[in-house]
Amino acid sequence: MEFTEKHVEGLKELLYKMADDLLIIGHRNSEWTGLGPMLEEDIAFSSMAQDKVGQSLALFELLHELGESDPDTVAFTRNDHQFHCSQLVELPIGEYDFSMVRHFFFDHAEAIRFEMLADSVFEPLSMVARKFKGEIKYHTMHADIFMQKLAAGGEESFSRMQNSINETFGLALGMFEPGKYEEALIESGIFGGEAELQRRWLDKVLPLLESFGYVVPKVESTEPAFGGRHGIHTPHLQPLLDEMTEVFSIDPGADW
Amino acid sequence: MIVKSLDPRIERAALDDESKIGELNVHEHFETYEVFQQVKRGTHHQHVGNVHAPNAEMAMLFAKEQYCRRGAAVNLWVVATSNVFVTEYVDADIFETTEDKLYRDPNSYKVMDRINAYKARTSKV
Repeated sequence: MEFTEKHVEGLKELLYKMADDLLIIGHRNSEWTGLGPMLEEDIAFSSMAQDKVGQSLALFELLHELGESDPDTVAFTRNDHQFHCSQLVELPIGEYDFSMVRHFFFDHAEAIRFEMLADSVFEPLSMVARKFKGEIKYHTMHADIFMQKLAAGGEESFSRMQNSINETFGLALGMFEPGKYEEALIESGIFGGEAELQRRWLDKVLPLLESFGYVVPKVESTEPAFGGRHGIHTPHLQPLLDEMTEVFSIDPGADW
Repeated sequence: MIVKSLDPRIERAALDDESKIGELNVHEHFETYEVFQQVKRGTHHQHVGNVHAPNAEMAMLFAKEQYCRRGAAVNLWVVATSNVFVTEYVDADIFETTEDKLYRDPNSYKVMDRINAYKARTSKV
């Protein structure tokens, strides 16, 4: 089927929100470098953060091929209102319980999104989705084992994790905020849509949480933190961008 | 709450608070696990190092990032160091051999050419 303007715009919107999510969570999680709870975990968590930034680059490159500016310009010269990341990923790292719960919620959503995109009719995107399959599988494996072990790690560990799950669930639902072109994306076979993604994500994470022994949060009574996909962000994003772009803005034309 | 500095090293390490500098006691580390990496199916697992971890599953997670980050692995074993039975260095003389037992070395077999050819073949794989 021929792509119309609607399809291309929908595709760009999809790529932007995915790339922005990955860039911002990668930056956030890298703030743990040097501060992880133990050396081995510090290395593992930092390495995954780098993976996320690498994945965002692959998506920014697809956007460049679709006529957007080059990856550096797109990543480093926009302000917070021009970012399409979910509010979940922009929040400060907090304590390790929050970072771990966010990692669990986010990475399962990413894994399922990429799984759905592996069959996308837009072949460059399906190739990217397949390329990172193994990388993302390790990320969810890491998250699952930590979530499981920390549930069984004693009273303080359990209650910290449970509190973070309760506080983060609505933010996580915000990841599935529908875009303007959902129908176009679905009918064209580019992407199965946010509603389908959320359904599959709930089918994945809720039974996992239950099997680890947590109290499962209720979808019906949780307000999703929408806004991020349309440029409405918490006050935490702009300071992150200021820091991330500090070196770039000294000399935007520099060769690295 | 808005964070003052985005560098968590400044916010969280509380570097100006001397009372916060703790000390590490003996046994505060997790136990160690030995890591064995297999680079190709069918080959031997090779010892590559160790990791600290609270349990075997997390040792496996950590080992993957410590030792296989650059790829080149198809399988990992992790074994609690405490489960490895070791010889004592004072007994190292049990490995000594005398020079006059060349007949025990496989150098004079008539099939040596074939053995060498096999070795050359397999080492290329």
